[in-house]
This record gives sequence, structure tokens and C-alpha cells, in this order.
Amino acid sequence: MTNSLLQSDARTKKRNAAEARFRAYGFSAICVAMFALVILLTSVLLNGVSSFQQTFVTLPIELVEERVDKQGNRDRAEMAKTTTIGYAPLLRDAFVAEIESLGIETELGARDLADMISKEAAATVRNRVLADPTLVGQTIEFDLLASGRIDAYFKGDVTMESAALDGNTSPEALMVAQALADAGIMETKFNWGFFTRPDASVQRPEAAGLGVAILGSIYMMLVVLFLALPIGVASSIYLEEFAPKNRITDIIEVNISNLAAVPSIVYGILGLAIFINFMEFNQSSPLVGGLVLTLMTLPTIIISTRAALKSVPPSIRDAALGVGASKMQSVFHHVLPLAAPGILTGTIIGLAQALGETAPLLLIGMVAFVREYPAAYTPEAGLFGEASTALPVQVFNWTQRSDPAFVERASGAIITLLVFLLIMNAVAIYLRRRFERRW
Amino acid sequence: MQSLTTPLLFVIALAVIGYFVAKSRAMQVAGGDIRLLVSLPRQHALSTTLATLVPACGAVLLFALYSRIAGTTPGWFLSLVILGLGVTGFALSLIGIKIESRARTYSERWIMALLIFSSTIAIMTTVGIVFSMLFETFNFFGQYDWRDFFFSTTWSPNFRGNSDLGIIPLLWGTLYVSFIALLFAVPIGLFAAIYLSEYASPRMRSVAKPAIEILAGIPTIVYGLFALITVGPLLRDYFAEPMGFGQSASSVMTAGLVMGIMLIPFVSSLSDDIINAVPQAMRDGSLGLGATPSETIRQVVIPAALPGIVGAILLAASRAIGETMIVVLGAGAAARLSLNPFEAMTTVTVKIVSQLTGDTDFASPETLVAFALGLTLFVITLGLNVFALYIVRKYREQYE
Repeated sequence: MTNSLLQSDARTKKRNAAEARFRAYGFSAICVAMFALVILLTSVLLNGVSSFQQTFVTLPIELVEERVDKQGNRDRAEMAKTTTIGYAPLLRDAFVAEIESLGIETELGARDLADMISKEAAATVRNRVLADPTLVGQTIEFDLLASGRIDAYFKGDVTMESAALDGNTSPEALMVAQALADAGIMETKFNWGFFTRPDASVQRPEAAGLGVAILGSIYMMLVVLFLALPIGVASSIYLEEFAPKNRITDIIEVNISNLAAVPSIVYGILGLAIFINFMEFNQSSPLVGGLVLTLMTLPTIIISTRAALKSVPPSIRDAALGVGASKMQSVFHHVLPLAAPGILTGTIIGLAQALGETAPLLLIGMVAFVREYPAAYTPEAGLFGEASTALPVQVFNWTQRSDPAFVERASGAIITLLVFLLIMNAVAIYLRRRFERRW
Repeated sequence: MQSLTTPLLFVIALAVIGYFVAKSRAMQVAGGDIRLLVSLPRQHALSTTLATLVPACGAVLLFALYSRIAGTTPGWFLSLVILGLGVTGFALSLIGIKIESRARTYSERWIMALLIFSSTIAIMTTVGIVFSMLFETFNFFGQYDWRDFFFSTTWSPNFRGNSDLGIIPLLWGTLYVSFIALLFAVPIGLFAAIYLSEYASPRMRSVAKPAIEILAGIPTIVYGLFALITVGPLLRDYFAEPMGFGQSASSVMTAGLVMGIMLIPFVSSLSDDIINAVPQAMRDGSLGLGATPSETIRQVVIPAALPGIVGAILLAASRAIGETMIVVLGAGAAARLSLNPFEAMTTVTVKIVSQLTGDTDFASPETLVAFALGLTLFVITLGLNVFALYIVRKYREQYE
């Protein structure tokens, strides 16, 4: 055994090794956390990016008068009697004629070929005609959605092998689609409809969009903003500036910190029992959703507002009181404006949390299939009273459907949601950096 | 509700008019010389507006609530009361405008009333939560024996009646998923917190801490989707099937793993705060005696921070038990008492969702059971939270 200080003995070596190991554990824990974040984001991105693209067919369609407008008087009410089923033959004939004129040979019948176009396409044509009856009798060029399977082929999700096993499409159809794409008739391009269209039924994933969900989420955020911000600020002002230190305010404080940790689904049960069963507000309306989310975000807003009020130094209050302001005036004229950036940051973070919340909304019926854009106000349903969905609930809804094309859509909706959250958090960080004051 | 809107609108209009009338009346009382007034005209105006508005609005809320409880639509009498309150407040405060009247104090009393009302909303929420669930749970136990609910080991709801609604398999699934989540999140979160607070350079800290906190800002539905489309199939194809544990993509393991990721920032940021609260003098003492940094952490810092860390873990556990979307999408729907983590199991929250969505009949025990489940969940999480907050708070005081 050496006793030299330059040479570490066995025990020191062991201790140093333990030190290095411990440090490595810590470092790898951070790596695991970062790795999980990266995997999470890339998996959602990779799955969802393709939903922002969609395959369209460009077709000249002759709007034959006998089919579209049987009376021939261009009366919208009369023309509306022709359903989308009446339009389907027009599309089929135009599509078959287009294929023939391009000289594409196929064994498929007209019916199978028509299945390559989305079932939604007839509705697109019909809406356009009803909006402008003078089009009847002319030949108009339409950009129509291709069916979900054809779309998936161009995105690489459907192959010739899988199509052979699939009842909804066939390798022949894919070959025709490829030929059409080569001729420039079929094209995959950016899909604005994903953000504007309403949800679509199980058979037509290609037409499903986030329009109603985004609108519903915006309505709910408005309700939350207009209720949670004033109530939250008012109660924090009371608790922080005025409340005497006694039993009751103690209970309120403990209560708020406990409410912040109540599982979100419990708020859903509360909303169902109080707002829907007891108050009889409309089921699946943004009003009820907004109220539930308000109650849920209140503790977050109160906690951050109180922190912001607390950070304003007492000298500000003393100065105001010294020149004759009342306590109330010192708070509203001086403390509150100085605390505003902190309050806003907290509110935005609370809103972001509310925007991504799903579970309570499931219970108040926002999972319903809604195709009509909800109006902000109607005399029958009241303010924000019409049925609607919300972004995160739409994601859940799409994951429950069997067609794999909906999984792609769900990931796309998640990306949209995350972009909204990113913007909100960036604004919050910006506000904090820009206006934060150190006293 | 509809019949109360008209008087409310009238009162609001009256309040707006009151603002301007009171302002001019105050000047009139002072004979046009503002210096004579004890309170500014604006204070008189505000006081009148609030005196008109606040009692009437309070009455509207009260009557709306009353008519819901009584199940009647509010009649003309209640409308008249609201109008009367508004007009009385309007008239009284206008008459009360004198040179020496202290309008600022009056208006501030009304504002104070509003502030106090706002801060009771938190209490009312809690009361609402407890009563809404208590009431329906009571209904449920009127139709279904509570002993069967708490002690039966089968869960098979049947909408034609004769259901077995035992909570034990659901609780088992909940605890199993939460246990796996904590098994994953606690060591990683704790080591990450230790590394960040004791070893990391400021630069690394400024990158890694926000990155971990991003995980906390991601909505749970995103984690749910991640479990459903990525983790579930991955675990099934590479672990469960080759090892012969089962063919289910949704499993306790899937949900637990993903929930563990969700809890990492939760554990790490709470532990970080607590480790930072340990006084530097204790570290210096240990290092000065020749201990290595890791020995200091293990033998001084962690024991000192232990109560706080336990509190943080309990808070994380309460979060895991109440989590819904990850288990709805990742754990499955079959109620099962099994030890195999690669099998699909279900949790309390999943069953609350499935019993309360779709067509629900609030007279049948199959729907009402959701409220009993909700109450159980609420009691468990509340107990954990109160206990954890108590520990954390007590610990913080120790070094302050």
C-alpha cells in the first residue's frame, strides 16, 4: 500500500467512481426526459404533417339542366329538392369522360371509377350550383376531393399490396389514379379545407376538417377570458390586499390550492350535474364548456395574480396612501397596473391549459357529431348556446373511428392545437421579458 | 331566465343614466363650485351606478337560482322586485348627494362587496363539486348496495339491469397504472432535479429546465394520442408479443409509461424547489469535511429535503390517479384484476367517461355509478393533496 498523495488509494478511487456514477445517473435522467420530449413531438409531427395535404381532382362538369333544375326556372327552393344523389351521375359521367379522353385504359366499371372521387364532392358541386343558379347548363371546372384511399396512396399509406386486400379500393383504381396524376388531373396540394370544413362522417375522412372545433374552442376561450380574468383578479385583490387574517380567509386559501389539484374530470361531473342537469343549459354548448373551464382555470389565475400583486413593493402602496388615496384607490390606480404584466402572463398560461383540456368536455356532451357551424348568438339557444365541439375533443373523436385516415387527421389536429399553444406561450414569455420589472 | 333579462337590461340602462345624472347633480348641489364638494362628482357618479346595479344583479342571480330549485319560471313579481331594487338604489343615492357626503367611501363599499363575492366563488365551486356528487351518489346507493360497490370484484355494467358494479377492479387498474407511472417518473424526475440544481452549469440549466417544463405544458390528449399510435404498438410488437405476455396494444404498461413521461416535469420542478431550499451552509459543512458532492447529496441534502420530496411524490400520485385522457386512450376498457402489465385494464376515470358519455339515463344505477366513482376519486385525490401540501408547507417553514 502506497501512502503517496499523488497516487489515490483504493478507497478514494472507489469514492471517485461512485461520484462519477452518480453524476452520470443525473445526466442520463435529463437525457431520458429530453429524449421523451423529442420522440413525443416527432411522432406526432410525422404522423400528422400529411393531413395538411390533400389530393384533389380537377374535372370539367357539365351541369345538365334536366338533372339539376327540373323545372327550369332557376328557383333555389325548387333546385334544393335535388339531393346530392341527383348530382352523383353528373360527376360520374364527367370523370369517366375525362378518363376516356386521356386514353387511360382500365377494366374498372363506371361505378368503381366514381368511387375514386369523395362522396363529399357531389355536395361541393351542389352547394356551388345553389349559390349561383346561373351556372346551370354550363360546363364548369371543379376542384373535387379524391376519396380517402386514393389520397392515402399519394401519401404512401396505401400500397398496391394493401389495396388488393382492401374492400374500399383496388390496385386498378390506384393505377388509374397514378395515370391521372401523371396527366396533371389529380394533384396533392395544401389543404385549407382542413381548417375550415366541419367534421365529416366515418365514410369520408378526406372531407373532415377542424372548422367547427376551432370555432367552438375560440368561443370557449372567450367565455373563459371574460369570466375567469375579472373574477380571478377580483378575488386575488381581496385575498392579497384586504382580507383580514382569520379562519374564513384561511379556509378560502387552502380551498384554492386544493381546487388547483382536483382532477379535471371532476369538473366535468360538476358541469354535467350543475350546468346541464340543474341549470338546464344546452348540452355540448360552448357556454357550458366555457363555464366548466372557467372554474378549472380560476385557481391557476388566482395563484399567479396573487404572486404578481405580492411582488409589487409596499412602498408603492405607502406612497399612494401618503398623498391621500384610499386603500382601494392605491390598489386600483397603482398596484394593479404595475402587476398587470404578471397577471396577463398567468392568464395566458391558464387559457393555454384550458384550451388543451379534454376530459371535462367529454362529460358535457362535446363529443357529439356536429356539422353545423355554431352561431355566437341565436334567440333560441342564447349566447354561445349552440352545439359545438372543441379542438382536443375532436382529436379524441377521430381516434375512436376505425378508418386509419382519421388517425392522420387526429395528429394533424394535435399539431394545430400545439401551434396555438406555442403562440400563446410565446406571447406570455414575450410579455414577461418585455414588461417584467425588478424592484 | 328569459323573463329576468328584460328588467336586468332596464337596470343596466338606469345605472348608466345614473352615472351622468349623479355627476351633474353633484355639481348642482355645490352650486357649480367643485371646491366645496367633499367627494369628486365622479365618485358620486360611481356610487350611484353601483348602488343601482349591485343589489339588482344580486337579486337576479338569487331569483334565477330560486326558480331553478323551485322549478318555476320567474314571474312578473320577481321582475318587479328587481326593478324596485334598481330604482330604490338609484333614487336613494341621488337624494343622498350632499356637499359633505363621502361618496368615495360609499362606492368603495360596493366594490368591496363585489371583491368578497368573487373570492367566495372558489368556495362555491368546492361546495358545488361535493354536493353535485354527493346527491347523485346518494341516489345511487338507494338503488345499489354500497357493500357490493366497495367490495365486489366484478365490474360488468348491463344496461338492461342486473349489473355488477364493483369498484375494486377499477381501483386496481388505477393504482397499477399510477404505480408504473411513478416507478418511471420518480427516479428520472428526482435525478434530473438533483443534476440541475447541484451539478449543471448555468448554461445547461437554462436549456434543460425549460425543455423539461415544455413536457408539463403539453395537453394530456397529446400524450394519449402518443400512447395510442406510437407507444402501444411499439410495446406490443417488441415486448409483449415476443415475450408471450399478450397481444393488446393498450395496456397498463403503455398508459403507465406515457403517464410517467407526463409526470417527470411535475416531480422534477417540485423537487428542484425543495432541494434549492436546503441551506447552502449544510452543503458547505459536508464538503468541508471532505465528502464528495455525491456523498453530500445522498447523506445531507436528500435527508434534509426528504419530507418535501415525499410531498412532491404524493402530489404526483394524486395527479396520476386523476389523469383521464392517457388512460382512456392507452389503458383499455376491460375491467380486470391481473398482475400482467401488458394486459389491458381499466381505471376509475375511464369508467366515469364511458358511463357518462352517449345516451345517459339519470335514473339507472349504471349512469349514477359514475357519480359514486367521481366522489371516490375526489376523496382519494383530496386526501393525498391535503396530506402532501401539509408536509410541503411544514417542511418549507423549517428553513425559512
